[in-house]
Amino acid sequence: MAKIIVNEREYEVRDGQNMLQAALSVGLDLPYFCWHPAMGSIGACRQCAVRLFRDANDTRGKLAMACMTPANDGTRISIDDAEARDFRASVIEWLMASHPHDCPVCDEGGECHLQDMTVMTGHNYRRYSGRKRTFRNQDLGPLVNHEMNRCIQCYRCVRFYRDYADGRDFDVFGIRNQVYYGRQFDGVLESEFSGNLVEICPTGVFTDKTLKGHYTRKWDLQTAPSVCVHCGVGCNTIPGERYGALRRIYNRYNGEVNGYFICDRGRFGYEFVNGARRLHHARVRTERGAEAAPADSDEALRLAATLLGKAKRVIGIGSPRASLEANFALRTLVGEGNFYAGVSEKEWRLARLALDIMQGSPAKAASLADVARADAALVRGEDVTQTAPMLALALRQSVRQAPLRKAAKLRIPDWDAAGVRNAVQEEKGPLYIASTFGTRLDDAAKRTYRAPPDDIARLGFAVAHALDASSPPVPVLPANARPLVGEIVDALTGAEEPVVLSGGCGSEAVLRAAANVAMALCRKGHPARLCLTAPECNSTGLALLGGEGLEPAFGAVTSGEADAVIILENDLYRRAGAAAVDAFLEEVGSVVVIDHTDGETAARAGVVLPAATFAESDGVFVNNEGRAQRFYSVMTPRGDVRESWRWLRDLALAAGRADVEAWATVEDVDRALAAAMPIFAPLPEIAPPAGFRIAGQRIARQPGRYSGRTAITANVSVHETPPPEDTDSPLVFSMEGYQGQPPSALIPRFWAPGWNSVQALNKFQEEIGGPLRGGDPGRRLVEPAEDAAADYFADVPRHGEPSAGNYLFVPAHHIFGSEELSALAPGIARLAPRPYAGLSPDDARGASLAEANEVEVSVGGWSGRLPVRIIDTLPPGMVALPVGFAGRGPLELPAWGELRNPRDGRGQAQ
Amino acid sequence: MLSIVKGLWIVFLHMFRRRVTVQYPEQKPYLAPRWRGRIILSRINGEERCVACYLCAVACPVDCIALQATEDESGRRFPEWFRINFSRCIFCGFCEEACPTYAIQLTPDFEMGEYVRQNLVYEKEDLLIAGPGKYAGYDFYRVAGLAIGGKDKGEGENEAPPRDVRTLLP
Ligand code: SF4
Ligand code: SF4
Ligand code: SF4
Ligand code: SF4
Ligand code: FES
Repeated sequence: MAKIIVNEREYEVRDGQNMLQAALSVGLDLPYFCWHPAMGSIGACRQCAVRLFRDANDTRGKLAMACMTPANDGTRISIDDAEARDFRASVIEWLMASHPHDCPVCDEGGECHLQDMTVMTGHNYRRYSGRKRTFRNQDLGPLVNHEMNRCIQCYRCVRFYRDYADGRDFDVFGIRNQVYYGRQFDGVLESEFSGNLVEICPTGVFTDKTLKGHYTRKWDLQTAPSVCVHCGVGCNTIPGERYGALRRIYNRYNGEVNGYFICDRGRFGYEFVNGARRLHHARVRTERGAEAAPADSDEALRLAATLLGKAKRVIGIGSPRASLEANFALRTLVGEGNFYAGVSEKEWRLARLALDIMQGSPAKAASLADVARADAALVRGEDVTQTAPMLALALRQSVRQAPLRKAAKLRIPDWDAAGVRNAVQEEKGPLYIASTFGTRLDDAAKRTYRAPPDDIARLGFAVAHALDASSPPVPVLPANARPLVGEIVDALTGAEEPVVLSGGCGSEAVLRAAANVAMALCRKGHPARLCLTAPECNSTGLALLGGEGLEPAFGAVTSGEADAVIILENDLYRRAGAAAVDAFLEEVGSVVVIDHTDGETAARAGVVLPAATFAESDGVFVNNEGRAQRFYSVMTPRGDVRESWRWLRDLALAAGRADVEAWATVEDVDRALAAAMPIFAPLPEIAPPAGFRIAGQRIARQPGRYSGRTAITANVSVHETPPPEDTDSPLVFSMEGYQGQPPSALIPRFWAPGWNSVQALNKFQEEIGGPLRGGDPGRRLVEPAEDAAADYFADVPRHGEPSAGNYLFVPAHHIFGSEELSALAPGIARLAPRPYAGLSPDDARGASLAEANEVEVSVGGWSGRLPVRIIDTLPPGMVALPVGFAGRGPLELPAWGELRNPRDGRGQAQ
Repeated sequence: MLSIVKGLWIVFLHMFRRRVTVQYPEQKPYLAPRWRGRIILSRINGEERCVACYLCAVACPVDCIALQATEDESGRRFPEWFRINFSRCIFCGFCEEACPTYAIQLTPDFEMGEYVRQNLVYEKEDLLIAGPGKYAGYDFYRVAGLAIGGKDKGEGENEAPPRDVRTLLP
């Protein structure tokens, strides 16, 4: 701890900070622009000027930039000093000289850091009467809007885009007072994290283009704490609603998970909630083959109950994108033995295996923050930028850890961004990536290894064996993998906090090998962390609930045992081959679908009940790390929409089940779940209960300035209706409630007096960049076994497995398009690639195929024609197929299959 | 006794004073332009002045203004719909104070009585007038840096032409 003196008052702060950070940490206000807690200081904007004194006796001092002044013991500054104040006011005045008169039409207005700082410094009248400099804007694609006139040259955008996210297609151009931040030419920003510019930029240069389509100010957004539903990482988010539609997603800081950023899929994927395919009313089909007709809820419930009541055996198919509560309600309704996880057989095996590994390995699961802190990483399997994007961003930070430690030895503090850069130059810490073909993260890697999944697994087993000879050896290792083993072993053992990350790429062997590496490291005294990705937002939660995969569910119907099925938030056509699903739905007598989005499965159902999305419901998701995180409804549903668990409870009540009678709120379901399965015992404690009040008040979802409440529905009736009731949470759908800082799990938005922008977050943290006050929300349910006596996995894949086709087809994930829900958002859909068959240049040449030529593909019971895409990094003998493009393509990859050039009718054998 | 007589006397004297009662509605009183009555949305050069910034709505102490912003293809922002619930309005004039474009103005018209409260809900069509109202001459988009149809970058008031960032000349 260091004792610093600010405005003649003493404060205790943590060592190793700068004075700006320290002053903000103790709750003082000091304007700034260029400093960012995640990116450090460069002293560029001169906005944080203070008077710095040499010692206690110094009366004159000098002006210094707080962000460039280390907070050493005894450092004495004055923020209130008159000259420092004047200086800060002049800096704003200079920045404002060319600033356009745009606030009323600027999307940043009302949450603009520049506005806040201008008010804070007291600059209020323009004195400069010269002509304003102007710029032309660029079209940066469907997600981010560009309005260059508003720039104040703080360099935050380039520092994030280039230095933090390693983007290459964005930079600063020009000289003197005409520096320009953008791309060389108009075009879609390539970085998967470009959306963060919206929050990083302290002005309205970069704003959310999807929000522009239905623009709403921050003060008018009804918000609540939520969790991203678009991958298994579980980033914390703040969705905002107005007039019954979801308007945008902002990041919600969680020191252990996503920190200051989220990915573009998470930020811009929300529009499926307002989409045309949303189900708002129930739909029933009274007879087979008849047209489905809309029905009211009671009628639909009655019909569903009759259908289920008549059945011999009812099975339930759960979903990795539905909350724990919904899945558990389904399991309760149909009974444990009739509950099936709604994922493909392969995915289910992988999910269960990942869970076994997490519970059995001595290596602790790594949170996103742990990954960013790691100083050596081994990534195996898929392209994490596409499957768990924020993990990739964390890995990009991890390669800076080793050089940072070097800089620390030179006594350069980690916040001194320019100093650190000079000291370490382009040096990178050890990151090794083994994948089927090139990944978006390869540029950050020290070395990459590209091979079929079995070889990736063998490399892992070999590394584990080299670490600990008691782990199984690998008889034959591919020649190109041999030199890597030693290098990886050296890097991992040389690191203080190594992390092993595995995405599986559809192969159990890859996961097992990763587990062996992590275990070997732990056994040899290198406390490694293990990070296994999960495909969907609640995949881990579903795995914890147990049950069987989809195939046994199909089997139960084919064998004639089951004749009714309830399908929860799941489009089976994305989970298994179309023929199998067709047969299943045909054979089973009655189908009840509970979902929020219409799909092929819902189209074939007897009864469709409209479910709530994450934005209209409360519940818990368990992320890939095993962290249970609660999300809260942001808005009340339209039409007859209900939370899935409520539909299931009502179905159970209709069937006369007594055990669900007490289920009035989501908390009752949580309590029942906690009682039913010990692993979920902490569930009721992960967030304050619904009865929680501050000064007798609930937490307000609407900001204190929320406007229009006596006009919004006045066109319908001038008699205002009371705000909707919320029995499930301590939040209220109103501005009348507590507006201050609630416990961290309940933070509906970051706002503090004088701090209208996202920078208000500083006031919510225990210390800048540290945990939120009272600890970061969420609770890890899965911890490694105490004794950790588990054995190494012994099943090393054999060399030269026989091939069952001429090519090995491997999955190619895409951040935009591979995930079901975000792909429905128009902006994301525009960026999603068309289906293709990826070929190596050699194979393409061999089969005399060129880019965009059509090929015939048949694999895993699916066949069709796809255009060729030549992937330079793909090893010969493999074909990459994009995952999840609207039910197209086979689902259980990797698998052997055939690829032919239809023009010459001959395949190219390996 | 004396005070009663005194009172009668004063009342009697008033009969000879100048009359101030206005015979409304036959006779209309003069109301100053700053009088805070019925709210209108004005236009400038034929275009809607309101840029849908939501400032009037947030300033309104009774929250009786609601609107939704939208944009035309040239980037000009305007309200898709705009609603004032006059059955709640207290005619405080805060919206006019807050408006950065002089779009929303209170007028010296108070004759808004209705038998049905619902009729006091005014939509954009009911609020828009043809002219600039009390404040002529101020056209927000001429001063703003945003490019809209008919006004490119650098063509606003007091603006230099857009910079060529590729030039190395001083
Ligand atoms: S960036 Fe901020 S200060 Fe500038 S026009 Fe936009 S809201 Fe106003
Ligand atoms: S665009 Fe925004 S972040 Fe970038 S320099 Fe300008 S003001 Fe700063
Ligand atoms: S990384 Fe995953 S959880 Fe995080 S924002 Fe992106 S899609 Fe959402
Ligand atoms: S303050 Fe003026 S410009 Fe802004 S929304 Fe209201 S009327 Fe329109
Ligand atoms: S924040 Fe200190 S100089 Fe910019």
